[in-house]
Amino acid sequence: MNTLLLHISKNEWKSLLRGKWVVGYGLIFLLLTDSLLRFGGGGPEALLSLSNVMLLFIPLVGMIYGILYIYQSREFVELLLTQPIDRKVLYWGLFIGISTPLMLAFVLGSLLPLGWHGILMVDSAASAMVLGLGAVLTLIFVSLGFLFGLAFYDDRIKGFGFTIVVWLFLAILYDGLVLMLVFTFGQYPLERFVIAVSMLNPIDLARIMVMLEFDVSALMGYTGAVFNRFFGSGLGTIAASSMLTLWLAIPTWIGLRVFNKKDF
Amino acid sequence: MIEINDLKKSFGNLEVLKGMNLAIPKGQATGIVGPNGAGKTTLIKTILGLVKPDSGTIRVNDITLNGNWQYRRDIGYMPQVARYPENMKVFELLEFIKGLRKQEALFEDELIEQFNLGPELEKFLRTLSGGNRQKVGATLAMMFNPGLLFFDEPTAGLDPKASQKFKQRVKNEKENGKTVIITSHIMSELEQLVDYVIFILDGNIRYYGSMKNLLTESNEERLEGAIASMMDVA
Amino acid sequence: MKRIAKLLFCLVFIPAAPFLSAAQVITVSTDGSISSIQQAIELAEPGDVIEVQAGTYVANNLEITKPLTLRGINRPLIDGNGEGTILVIRADNVTVQGFELRNTGRSYVRDYAAILIDQARDFVVEDNHLFNVFFGIYLAETDAGIVRNNHIESYDRREASSGNGIHLWYVRNPRIIGNRVTGMRDGIYLEFVENARIHSNISNGNNRYGLHYMFSNGGTYYDNTFRENGAGVAVMYSENVDMKNNLFEHNWGPSSYGLLLKDMRQSNIEGNRFYKNTVAIYSESSTNILIKGNHIEQNGWAVNIKSSSARNHFSENNFIENSFDVRTDSPRNNNVFEGNYWSHYEGYDLDRNGIGDVPYRPVSLFSVIIEKQPESLILMRSMFIRLLDTAERIMPVLTPKTLYDEQPKMHRIQ
Repeated sequence: MNTLLLHISKNEWKSLLRGKWVVGYGLIFLLLTDSLLRFGGGGPEALLSLSNVMLLFIPLVGMIYGILYIYQSREFVELLLTQPIDRKVLYWGLFIGISTPLMLAFVLGSLLPLGWHGILMVDSAASAMVLGLGAVLTLIFVSLGFLFGLAFYDDRIKGFGFTIVVWLFLAILYDGLVLMLVFTFGQYPLERFVIAVSMLNPIDLARIMVMLEFDVSALMGYTGAVFNRFFGSGLGTIAASSMLTLWLAIPTWIGLRVFNKKDF
Repeated sequence: MIEINDLKKSFGNLEVLKGMNLAIPKGQATGIVGPNGAGKTTLIKTILGLVKPDSGTIRVNDITLNGNWQYRRDIGYMPQVARYPENMKVFELLEFIKGLRKQEALFEDELIEQFNLGPELEKFLRTLSGGNRQKVGATLAMMFNPGLLFFDEPTAGLDPKASQKFKQRVKNEKENGKTVIITSHIMSELEQLVDYVIFILDGNIRYYGSMKNLLTESNEERLEGAIASMMDVA
Repeated sequence: MKRIAKLLFCLVFIPAAPFLSAAQVITVSTDGSISSIQQAIELAEPGDVIEVQAGTYVANNLEITKPLTLRGINRPLIDGNGEGTILVIRADNVTVQGFELRNTGRSYVRDYAAILIDQARDFVVEDNHLFNVFFGIYLAETDAGIVRNNHIESYDRREASSGNGIHLWYVRNPRIIGNRVTGMRDGIYLEFVENARIHSNISNGNNRYGLHYMFSNGGTYYDNTFRENGAGVAVMYSENVDMKNNLFEHNWGPSSYGLLLKDMRQSNIEGNRFYKNTVAIYSESSTNILIKGNHIEQNGWAVNIKSSSARNHFSENNFIENSFDVRTDSPRNNNVFEGNYWSHYEGYDLDRNGIGDVPYRPVSLFSVIIEKQPESLILMRSMFIRLLDTAERIMPVLTPKTLYDEQPKMHRIQ
């Protein structure tokens, strides 16, 4: 890894750890996971509750966190831009520097209770998947927040407003629209369509992966050939995880381009 | 040295730089003046690479700017508003920038002593007064001994004593052959620090010449009056 | 322990007693004076023991018509060479143990088996390994026989050309214990069987049912494992069947069930564990079934109960993270759900008596939605659907209004 990039990231890590905000975020997940396991019953129950929380809140927290960073660090970023370093290096250094602590806070916060309650050993595949999805969602949504921060650089109200609307849309409304479409065009074969549409929303992608882990038994009860092929073979997992990778790559790439061309 | 040719920049519909031509030779101390919104900050930001021009060329030390960054090795910049990450200590910021530039911080100790920053080094930046933050900014700009120094409203937050020290330091830099560029609203300060004046109005350079000439031509004793009369003409 | 000792006494000594003094051992080995099992059977007197030494013996339609013990030493192989049935028992008090049997005939008209017990009683078939057989152990019109610790495995994935592992037809008082059956049509099949006792068997990876119960009253099956069978377990047209402490798991498919009940009456389903089946319990036209103390975890549907089922009673079961708890095809409810633990329950318990203060409605709106528009399955677990479900639970409009558990437990039932 580029040492300069690491130098920038390290500086953010130190600064964020001192801020305690991220530590608090990790503690919230620690307490949540621990109490889910302590009072809520077995591993699958806890993992499902955790993934529900994760699917709903990580996107919101990630985006707010990303955009807030841009807004709070404007002058500092501008100062760094006047130093003799490449903008690309600065972008990656900052992005990695601020997204990985949030990601690690979630992963460690959830992992530790899963470990000391012994779930990690029993439901290791499911645990790894929930933690991995949370990690990827964190990166995706921090990069979206970053992007929105750069796009609405001079208008914070608009930036935050846009973020909230995007979250509401992706987390809740989108699925409502899908359901509406399904009922409107119910007489046509829709399997391919709903799969394609779900692939366009990163929260849905993560949800589908959770579903593939925990609801395979129910999915196998469905008789449609396309769904069966998608859910029944590794195809669903492969398609969903590669789409998630795209979802991570595209906003970070656009963010990089915007950052590179932007007038500060 | 800095050479600028037909530099144009618009933000949306607003034309901020309307075809600027400028040559600032090495070792010259230049003040940039003009009303708010005239294009001073945009001009400096463009030279620093913060803002990308729509057209025209900028050459710094014979390097043509095209999104490259190496030329900034020879540039020190002190921003107008000094805000730094809250959870960083002063010495950590200095170390961080040193790590970024990978250049020898020749004047680090000297500047810290001059600005009396020693007792502040272990403090968090969020606890620093505005004046001390400005001093940190000045230190960052000058400690690597760059040939080109940009100061954006440098004395705005400084107390008279610190201001005094800062001006002394800039004079020394000038005497050591540095190219110094300062924007300021305080004309008396410019009179003390610079030999040349660039007056910008509405995205154009209205005047570029030596301070002496300006005062002679405009029959004014002070820079303030000279600038005011130019604005009246416009 | 005492019961087992008593059983052993009955099995071994009482039938053997009259011949005890006269019993002799005939040894068969590939290189000995008697090298064919057929020959030994012909030589033997009733009550004799035939010990077959290790080796391969090609034989089929070996008929035993007198009380004998046929014992394999170091697991000799009897190869049927792909023709007919290998061993036929037509006498009472026959014991067959310790053999490997391979390659029966296959036929669309005759039920060739590795071991056929035909109109006999008090037999013991134990510790045999059966591979590549059409039917495994076939009991026809028998009484009080024991089939124990056998291992039956065949791989013919076509349902029509595979037979059942242990097949019982017009049988009384059978004991089917500790067998393993894999790759057959049905693992264990019962038709017109009375008072069967089936326990500690493992029936997995069979093409159709792990256990298939037809017109067989008064039996019990417990401590069995039924895993990854094409259609799970089916119990049909019977009454007074006890189903206890079995494990039903990983039975996946659009027509696969942990336990399928059809036209069942007066039976108990207790203490079983249903794990990751597409449908854990499916009930059609069944009445007066008690479903109690079962652990039903991570199935697609925990219960699919058709409106033709009535007076069934679900209590003290743990319903844990099933994608859907209950599905039904009618707005009316003729069954009772009472005092179960539902992990999806979101109510509260202000008086702290361990029972939720608001009823739980196990039929979710989403299960009604996917019934109407199956493609919406892809929205499972989405926030939007959860909001809809919660709203529907508070004010039921589309789900059966009378189907609820009035006393949902707050904690898992141990």
